[in-house]
Amino acid sequence: MAPDGTPALKVVGTRPIRPDGVDKVTGRAQFGADFQLPGQLVGKVLRSPHAHARIRSIDISKAEAVPGVKAVMTAADMPEITSEEAFVGEGPADFKDMSGNTMARDKALYDGHAVAAVAATSAAAADAALAAIVVDYEVLPHVIEVEDAMVEGAPILHDDMFTSGVDPKPTKPSNVAKRMVFQLGDVDAAFEKADIVIERKYKTAPVHQGYIEPHACVAQYAADGQVQIYCSSQGQFMVRAYVAKLLGIDISEIRVTPLEIGGGFGGKTLVYLEPLAVVLSRKSGRPVKMAMTREEVFRGSGPTSGGTVWVKIGAKRDGTIIAGDAVLKFQAGAYAGSPVGPGCMTAFAVYDLQDVRITGYDVVTNRPKVAAYRAPGAPISNFGIESAVDELARELGMDPVELRLKNAAKKGTKAAYGPTFGDIGCVETLEAVKNHPNYQASLGPNQGRGVASGFWFNIGGESSATVNINEDGTAVVATGNPDIGGSRASMAMMAAEVLGIEVERVRPIVADTSSVGYCFLTGGSRVTFATGMAVVEASKSVVNELKARAAKIWDIPVEAVEWQDGEAVPAGSNAGDFEPLSLEDIAAKSGRTGGPIASTSSLNAQGAGPGFGTHVVDVEVDRETGHVKVLRYLATQDAGRAIHPSYVEGQIQGGAVQGIGWALNEEYIYDDKGRLENPGFLDYRIPVASDLPMIDTVVVEVPNPRHPYGARGVGEVPIVPPMAAMANAIQDAIGIRLTELPMSPPKVRKAVDEQAAAEE
Amino acid sequence: MAKHHISTTINGEPVEFLCSTEQTMLDVLRDELHLTGTKEGCATGDCGACSITVDGRLVCSCLMLGVEAEGHSVETIEGMADGDQLHPLQQKFLEYAALQCGICTPGFLIASKALLERNPDPTEEEARYWLAGNLCRCTGYDKIIRAVLDTAADMRGAS
Repeated sequence: MAPDGTPALKVVGTRPIRPDGVDKVTGRAQFGADFQLPGQLVGKVLRSPHAHARIRSIDISKAEAVPGVKAVMTAADMPEITSEEAFVGEGPADFKDMSGNTMARDKALYDGHAVAAVAATSAAAADAALAAIVVDYEVLPHVIEVEDAMVEGAPILHDDMFTSGVDPKPTKPSNVAKRMVFQLGDVDAAFEKADIVIERKYKTAPVHQGYIEPHACVAQYAADGQVQIYCSSQGQFMVRAYVAKLLGIDISEIRVTPLEIGGGFGGKTLVYLEPLAVVLSRKSGRPVKMAMTREEVFRGSGPTSGGTVWVKIGAKRDGTIIAGDAVLKFQAGAYAGSPVGPGCMTAFAVYDLQDVRITGYDVVTNRPKVAAYRAPGAPISNFGIESAVDELARELGMDPVELRLKNAAKKGTKAAYGPTFGDIGCVETLEAVKNHPNYQASLGPNQGRGVASGFWFNIGGESSATVNINEDGTAVVATGNPDIGGSRASMAMMAAEVLGIEVERVRPIVADTSSVGYCFLTGGSRVTFATGMAVVEASKSVVNELKARAAKIWDIPVEAVEWQDGEAVPAGSNAGDFEPLSLEDIAAKSGRTGGPIASTSSLNAQGAGPGFGTHVVDVEVDRETGHVKVLRYLATQDAGRAIHPSYVEGQIQGGAVQGIGWALNEEYIYDDKGRLENPGFLDYRIPVASDLPMIDTVVVEVPNPRHPYGARGVGEVPIVPPMAAMANAIQDAIGIRLTELPMSPPKVRKAVDEQAAAEE
Repeated sequence: MAKHHISTTINGEPVEFLCSTEQTMLDVLRDELHLTGTKEGCATGDCGACSITVDGRLVCSCLMLGVEAEGHSVETIEGMADGDQLHPLQQKFLEYAALQCGICTPGFLIASKALLERNPDPTEEEARYWLAGNLCRCTGYDKIIRAVLDTAADMRGAS
């Protein structure tokens, strides 16, 4: 028994080897590009070289004549889709836009926008066909930066886009898709009472998720209209739904088999290649395999937004923050749907404020349409807010952790976006920082320390799980969520915990869309929480059935049977009357006691516990080169309950390092024609091992009362604080406030030079 | 153009294959020999997911032509375990949870093995610089570096 009286857990909280581990260290695991079908063709995409151009015509006749070419397609081969909202996990999208993003119809809206595709018997033939397609473009003026896109006279991407959320309704089209306001109390009155006001504008660059596996799929359209798709994605049911919608095919005609996914971080919550591969397969009568190059991933798939964040905060002299105001302008890429909504909602969520207002703008520009990226929107607004709070701490002469502790959100805090928080661990993450040796480590010249906290909602949603008991007393757990970072392990562990058996006796699988009930995609940090809940429910009903079978064997009432450590035990007046029956015993006899033992649970999980984290980084700035070296990094986070602590730490470490890349190096660089100049890992520089120290983690556990074991989502919070923490550390090191990301060597060097010039 | 007939050794076995002049060793491994454990992340030598060794030397197979394998000995991830006996690095990567999605893992294992063959006692900094050509977007490298250093310590103890 645990001190609180609940039974002690035997599996949850331990660190077993993941069940899919051996496949992944031996090269046996099949990722998106590893799968093939006999007779498959090679599919390739022709992409626009222009940032903004009207497509007058596309002549595919020469391409079709290239030997080995079996199919050529354009948007004319896809149905025209009417506007309809599509929920893609962590941000809004529209099926009409999704169709247009998959294949440009009238206009190419960014460098890299797909305009045609081919399928051929070899890569060389496909390349020759792409070269033979003649597209007649009328090049139009383009706009890349968010604030340029908002001014009067800016090139308009969509003639039918009128800003929503403003009164009166605009009469002229605009690149501003939407304006939104979240507010609580009376902000203007609150600022009147403030002793200190900090006001500043910050800017972030768009960054790519940077998964190492490019998008890839194989599709087969059979003569009877049945479609098979094999692909890596963040949700096989998402792929099924979107392909069905975009191509006008019934859901029942499509079966999607998930392959292993080589990273997604939100970037694989959409379809790009799958609809094209299905069309090409339909036209050619052959299976079609498509895989993006790395250049195509950068030019043609979604990064997250860049944006500007204007922040104003007001505080009393004692450090009480009494007012917060922010204006966020996010670029969405070529179609509406930036994560500015969650950017607004998370903006001040780590603080307990009565008077707060956040205004957001969703703005289209001639860039790839953004996709979700880990806590979509939150890192951008957080960079502004947490930089400003650091400036406030300096102004007050207060320790930045103490200032945050004084104002931290806690149970009962009403967030600006609506809810009142229940059990949350914001304060606990701050205390964990305060008590960690990193926070006391001494610093040398040009070294500095920065602190920032962050928040993410986490979501639940629709999930299904099936638990089958094998004849030998082992179990199979089938769920429908791609395992992107070890979730098979946590599914198996939760099932083993309920069944009372060793985790090695549970085999978890990620099933195809025809073999398990519906699961919403892997995103929102939902799988361990929501799909885990379905696994626990299904396992519990299996236990009930096992007890019923034991009761039958013993011929006693089922109420007189208890399940303990993987065994049925007679209880009550029958206690001690029979030898316990193990799961193996009952499984072996199942044919004679009612047949196979299995159960399925499908649910819509509510009550995902919000996640909070606090990061502290120590840096050293080289004034000569502008290089920022990360000396120490500490990330603390409330995981509710860590099901498999190693993978919780891994999520925190990985998220923090993506944030370090966002802070220091990553950005899209465009030339004056709106063409992306750095579509590769050489020039789009993600962090490498030699850039980094160990990433220290402290997992605090404030249980989520809505999950059977207290789990909260953990994957997204850790990318929220790093950018501000890094900027705050640089300020501490060299006395310069950097307000634009990335804080790359040229920018740091320039700021150092300007500081020196100002001091002369 | 006629294909080239190449005789080589892969994971200790004699292997013959046909390839065109422009095919990279990565393409040959994946598309001709179906050894798909070697991954393509960039095809430009920047990510290390396609790491193999040729006569013991660590290379990006996307930067090597298939014809260059003639007469050489190639090692890929498929040859790292001895039957069902994992290499100590493979075992340690599992114990340390040094992989999340797993796409970069074969490249990291091949590169780490090449490191330990040259330097059985690397410092953390040496390991970080040796592995700087292998990109991982999931782990932040922490658990990978720990797994490599701990494997090195174990292997020194065992020898």
